[in-house]
Amino acid sequence: MTAVREDFAEILRLVTPGARVLDVGCEDGELLELLTRERGVDGQGLELSPENVAACLAKGLAVVQGDGDRDLDYFPTRAFDYAVLSKTLQQMREPRHVLSELLRIADRAIVSVPNFGHWRMRVSLMTRGRMPETRALPDPWWQTPNIHLCTLKDFTDLCRDLDLKIDACAALSSGKPARPFHPDGILENWRAETALFVLSQA
Amino acid sequence: MTKAAAKSVEGEDGGTWRFPANQALRLESGAKLSPLEIAYKTYGALNAEKSNAVLVCHALTGDQHAASTHPLTGKPGWWDRFIGPGKPLDTDRYFVISTNVVGGCMGSTGPASVDPKTGAPYGLAFPVVTIGDMVRAQAMLIEAMGIDSLFAVIGGSMGGMQVLQWAADYPERIFSAICIAAAPRHSAQNIAFHEVGRQAIMADPDWRGGAYEAAGVRPEKGLAVARMAAHITYLSEAALQRKFGRELQRDGLSWGFDADFQVESYLRHQGTSFVDRFDANSYLYITRALDYFDLAAQHDGVLAQAFQPARKVRFCVLSFSSDWLYPTPESREIVRALNAAGVRASFAEIETDKGHDAFFLDEPQLDATLKGFFSSTAQARGLK
Repeated sequence: MTAVREDFAEILRLVTPGARVLDVGCEDGELLELLTRERGVDGQGLELSPENVAACLAKGLAVVQGDGDRDLDYFPTRAFDYAVLSKTLQQMREPRHVLSELLRIADRAIVSVPNFGHWRMRVSLMTRGRMPETRALPDPWWQTPNIHLCTLKDFTDLCRDLDLKIDACAALSSGKPARPFHPDGILENWRAETALFVLSQA
Repeated sequence: MTKAAAKSVEGEDGGTWRFPANQALRLESGAKLSPLEIAYKTYGALNAEKSNAVLVCHALTGDQHAASTHPLTGKPGWWDRFIGPGKPLDTDRYFVISTNVVGGCMGSTGPASVDPKTGAPYGLAFPVVTIGDMVRAQAMLIEAMGIDSLFAVIGGSMGGMQVLQWAADYPERIFSAICIAAAPRHSAQNIAFHEVGRQAIMADPDWRGGAYEAAGVRPEKGLAVARMAAHITYLSEAALQRKFGRELQRDGLSWGFDADFQVESYLRHQGTSFVDRFDANSYLYITRALDYFDLAAQHDGVLAQAFQPARKVRFCVLSFSSDWLYPTPESREIVRALNAAGVRASFAEIETDKGHDAFFLDEPQLDATLKGFFSSTAQARGLK
């Protein structure tokens, strides 16, 4: 078996077998295929790019070509056990709305976000005085799809504001297995390159 | 059992199914149609479990000859590139059934059939039929064939509307549904184009109030104009431009009203060849059925409600980016209603400049998409 992305490995560990899963921004369906094969989930994807949609359908996945910003509103309430949003919340026009929609549609949301408070970001901004370009966020400012970047603290604040419960969280950095941490840990806002959260309604 | 009373004539792989007087087709208008005949073709073989049957629904001017030589034109079936051994709709694996819609003119009961009351062709005495009526007739045929549940029902354009109607009316009899380049209702623009076509037919002096057959004439000019106008809506501006541009038929202009431009000559050919294989009254009735189609209206104005009973059906909805007859937003509306009803649905917009008719044409993305959908759905159905 080829190496599984560390966030996918962690999601695979978290999702219960046979669950109904909506993957928002499912790309070419790699995660949904993995979840279907390994966990027997009943999966559904939402994806914007036509090439990716075709790739998903060719894999036999149920996928709707659409936009996470616009099309979540049309899914029925509590239709899924999990809604997954991998590293795309920061690309949404209305992250706050998307987050509350995820938890209307599903009992649990699994959301991963790059942490703009990571030390590499801070050092890069401090020393270069320019928008950071790191391995987690490699694009120049004028090309990046990431229009709503946040730090780990910002994200947990928003969760609190939306009355969302953080059931679990783990730090991710490429090549290493996920490392669980406490969301209020002071150091994590420096240490976690990307963080993955399991959220539910409080 | 009433099933045994319905009879198929001709060969195993097609013919006409005759429903006797005790099996009249109840129409949405309240009228009854009897006797009822449904012309059909089949491709491939039904498996022992009768679980591999696929119903293919044709568009406005299509017929049951989806993958067999057309008896009038001698041309390959309208979806020959898609249906056959090893093709996306693989007849080595699936038993494909294609019927001529009620109201049609290729063997199913329609305005050219004999009215038992008069012994003459129905003409305008034929009752107005709907997409729902077409589907009810297909359901009668499928039942008569002894098939309880179809593996899939698939169609493009008007065929896609039949697919939606199947999901709403007979969800327990279909395992999956594929709706291509269709809409949940006819828009004002759709109705407007159809009205142009109908008026062209009715303005032809040879139409004779619909009783042209008794007079030994046919409203060929009117029907050809109707086809020409409609054909423009099946293409896209880009496709017309690419194919013809302003190219001339001959060197120089005629300074008159001959078909100077290649696009004119092409449209004239579309019109004149169409009248050889299609009946003018059928064209009136089928366009009317399309105009009357509004699936939400049958369910208190809520489209999602139409799909509530179809929660177990696996849906695939496809649109074409350059289709301006049934544009992508209309397919999206179907998908949103399916989502709202909690139906497992896939949707893709195929990038093409070929317009509405792209579903007949060579579109690798369409084929790849549907191949994937069929194979995974077959696995879920337990088909070998």
